[in-house]
Amino acid sequence: MTDKSNSNDNGASDGSADRVIGTPSPSEGETIVAGADDPGAEHPGAYPAEETHAHSEEEQRRAEKTAAVWFLIAFLAGIGFFVAYFAFPPNSAGEPAIADPQIGQYSNMALGGTLALALFGIGAGMTVWARRIMPHYEVGSPYDELPSSPEEKGSFGDFFMRSADESGFTKRPLLRRTLLLSMVPLGLAPIVLLRDTGPLPGDKLKHTLWEDGLRMVVEGTNKPIKEADLAEDGAMITAFPLVEEGGGHGGEGGHLSLNDQAKTVVLLIKIPEGDFKPGMTEQQMNWTHNGIVAYSKICTHVGCPAALYERGSHRILCPCHQSTFDAAEGAKVVFGPAHRPLPQLPIGVDDEGYLIAKGDFSEAVGPTFWDAEKGD
Amino acid sequence: MSTTTQAPKALRGVGNWIDDRFHLAKTGEKNLRKVFPNHWSFMLGEIALYSFIILLVTGVFLTLWFNPSMAHTTYEGSYQRLNGVQMSEAYASTLRIDFDVRGGFLVRQIHHWAALIFVASLVVHMLRVFFTGAFRKPREINWLIGVGIFTLAMLEGLFGYSLPDDLPSGMGVRILQGVMLSLPVVGTYISMFLFGGEFPGEDIIPRLYMLHILLIPGILLALIVAHFMILWHQKHTQYPGTGRSEKKVVGTPMFPGFAIKAGGFFFFVFAVIVALSAFVQINPIHLFGPFTPTAITSGLQPDWYMGFMEGSLRIFPNWLDFPIFGYAVPTGVLVPGLVIPGLIFGGLAAWPFIEQWITGDKRAHNVADRPRNAPVRTAVGVAGVVFYGILWLAGANDILSHTFSISLYWTTYFFRVAAIAGPIIGFIVAKRICLGLQRRDRETLEHGYESGTIQQLPSGEFIEVHKESSQETVHVLESKTEVDRIDDEAIASVEESESDGVEAPAARGLKGRLRAKLAHWYTKDNVSFEGVEAHTGHHLHHGAGHEEHEEMAGSH
Repeated sequence: MTDKSNSNDNGASDGSADRVIGTPSPSEGETIVAGADDPGAEHPGAYPAEETHAHSEEEQRRAEKTAAVWFLIAFLAGIGFFVAYFAFPPNSAGEPAIADPQIGQYSNMALGGTLALALFGIGAGMTVWARRIMPHYEVGSPYDELPSSPEEKGSFGDFFMRSADESGFTKRPLLRRTLLLSMVPLGLAPIVLLRDTGPLPGDKLKHTLWEDGLRMVVEGTNKPIKEADLAEDGAMITAFPLVEEGGGHGGEGGHLSLNDQAKTVVLLIKIPEGDFKPGMTEQQMNWTHNGIVAYSKICTHVGCPAALYERGSHRILCPCHQSTFDAAEGAKVVFGPAHRPLPQLPIGVDDEGYLIAKGDFSEAVGPTFWDAEKGD
Repeated sequence: MSTTTQAPKALRGVGNWIDDRFHLAKTGEKNLRKVFPNHWSFMLGEIALYSFIILLVTGVFLTLWFNPSMAHTTYEGSYQRLNGVQMSEAYASTLRIDFDVRGGFLVRQIHHWAALIFVASLVVHMLRVFFTGAFRKPREINWLIGVGIFTLAMLEGLFGYSLPDDLPSGMGVRILQGVMLSLPVVGTYISMFLFGGEFPGEDIIPRLYMLHILLIPGILLALIVAHFMILWHQKHTQYPGTGRSEKKVVGTPMFPGFAIKAGGFFFFVFAVIVALSAFVQINPIHLFGPFTPTAITSGLQPDWYMGFMEGSLRIFPNWLDFPIFGYAVPTGVLVPGLVIPGLIFGGLAAWPFIEQWITGDKRAHNVADRPRNAPVRTAVGVAGVVFYGILWLAGANDILSHTFSISLYWTTYFFRVAAIAGPIIGFIVAKRICLGLQRRDRETLEHGYESGTIQQLPSGEFIEVHKESSQETVHVLESKTEVDRIDDEAIASVEESESDGVEAPAARGLKGRLRAKLAHWYTKDNVSFEGVEAHTGHHLHHGAGHEEHEEMAGSH
């Protein structure tokens, strides 16, 4: 503000360039009714204004016309909005209108464009009105003295305590305390009533559908996976357990529920011969089958699918927060915020050559929680 | 203009009818006369209010068709590309709004754009209030309400974003659940109760819907009403200037000036939001597909106001994770997901009281500070903005890495360092700039301003002519001396105790000493304006500039 005021001193000649936003330009038609030196002076408006800049009648008449043009534009745009609404008919049978994304876009632009113009026209007209027809002035108004006077405060305090004493609340502790006591259970009731919003966690988060002998299918199909499907080095498949039609695995009509999908989804990865790192324990190696290793796809950070696999470095990357796991070393965390490795699923093949699970995951899947690393 | 128009009979009738029942003539006039100081920065809060109104109206429209259900359905609607796809009713009904309801797509876009602008204007409005010290006594409670509105607005936005059950929206819920699970001991219980079982279950969208359209907007509305009632009662702060003082507010009265300007501004805000909705498409949920917990695309970005959370989750390392008796404490989730936002919101809420405690300034303030005149506060604010901004950028590190072909991991390393170094540098730089501006102010006050006119003295020396600043400028510059907030006693005691070991009573004890140290830190560098009289400096050369100055004074 200082800078502006400074340059204001350069004279009225270029004052218009430096005027504060929100104040009218010092146009020729403007007259000052009451100067700054004369704050109490009367003028025709409702206020004893400190500074009043009224516009000349001619200027006001011109502004009225400008505002009227804006309001007319707004009116026409408003009509245009209805035209745009009815110009794009609803989707009659077999005739997609706005259901076609391209036509939908046009409809959106036509509706939005006309509506925006209508709103803008009203805004512009009102602004012209406020700035070029109405006189501009500032008025002063006292801030209220906020704290009450000591007498008022004293009187209030006195009244309040007298009344409290009279009620007996201060003098009868038994009444007071039992009343407070009686409130406690009622205060807790709303919390207790929330108990049935969901089941207790128990060990639900630690177990999945996977069990010994369960076959695997490619995501989105019912096709069981054979070892040969992962013959190529570096191959990667997202897989689910195979749920039979009507089988008791929580699936409806051969589909896994989203809950089960979120827990059972695995990445099957073929690691080339000899690429497994020494960090893999013997048990972890036993859980693999001919270089095929299965890890939970759900990131142990906050649960996004760790969907990106780079075959060269054997790294699994979660695109949400970039936790990176080494598939050749028990899905150890090699970068990023995840707390623990992706749980590994023990796998093998059955008599017909289909890949099967040999049990449940080594650990709880999904985001790490309090007792995730505890046994049952 | 000279004769006042008689109020129309019908209006008088209604007015009398109301007044007979409420006795409102006096109150009504007082409120129509309420003064609104003029400054562009006072419009920021208005933008927030107007976008909130737009959100309420468009939100009601969307509820007419939206079906908050996670029941499975196979889509058989008019959007051909998703025909036969398994999805939730919520997603299917959102597609219906987009492709079967005329104007539905537009209203959904308006709702989303208004939400983005609502939170953005809240943030900028808050920064204005912070940097000008408008949160000081007596306005601390309104500041707290504002922090509450900001926090709830973010949650409200997150929940709304989650409702359509498209892929990114479901992933947002998943991340929320992951953060919840990280809470020691109670995490799994909270998650199970909120989701009605395991993730995703079938309850979360109906529950978020209730929170999004009933509970949170209800609280927001109540808080916004309280915010305005308090503002109305206490009146606005104002910037320093001629005629403005701690006792008197100067500005445009509510009626007619402000009402018409504000009305026009409402239509402008609405027009901009609608124009953006018409021509800049956001959140095209039909392109994302329905949520499944096992699929994801790379380059996912949340709405802007959740970006800092995303960033802090991305860059916070897992080095500090620790176990307690085999139980996991994943600080790599807890700290960025809960502690950092807790610090940001808690810090905002606590600042007015911290500052008051440090400075011992218990006076009421109606004239806003110029940010330079509170250098430490300004610097703290800048440090906060830098910290927030770096987290926000870190939330897009994959996009940055892709766009500028930088290694993804290196962006993470960079942001880890920047999140700590950035705020410190920001603090130092901002404080130095403030102090520099203070010195310049002092110079200007004492010597007038540099006119740009060079004169040669008879001795051959060249000098630049300084001219007297305007009344307004002097007033603004002198506002600093009025607002010095030095708790003299506390400061003096630090200096004393350093010299002769005698402590003032206020500075005794650990707390007292800390407070005195902080007060010293808060004020030590301030450029003193004490004893500086306007235009008394020796640089001031009347002569050439004087006539011009006379002219100026006349035109005021």
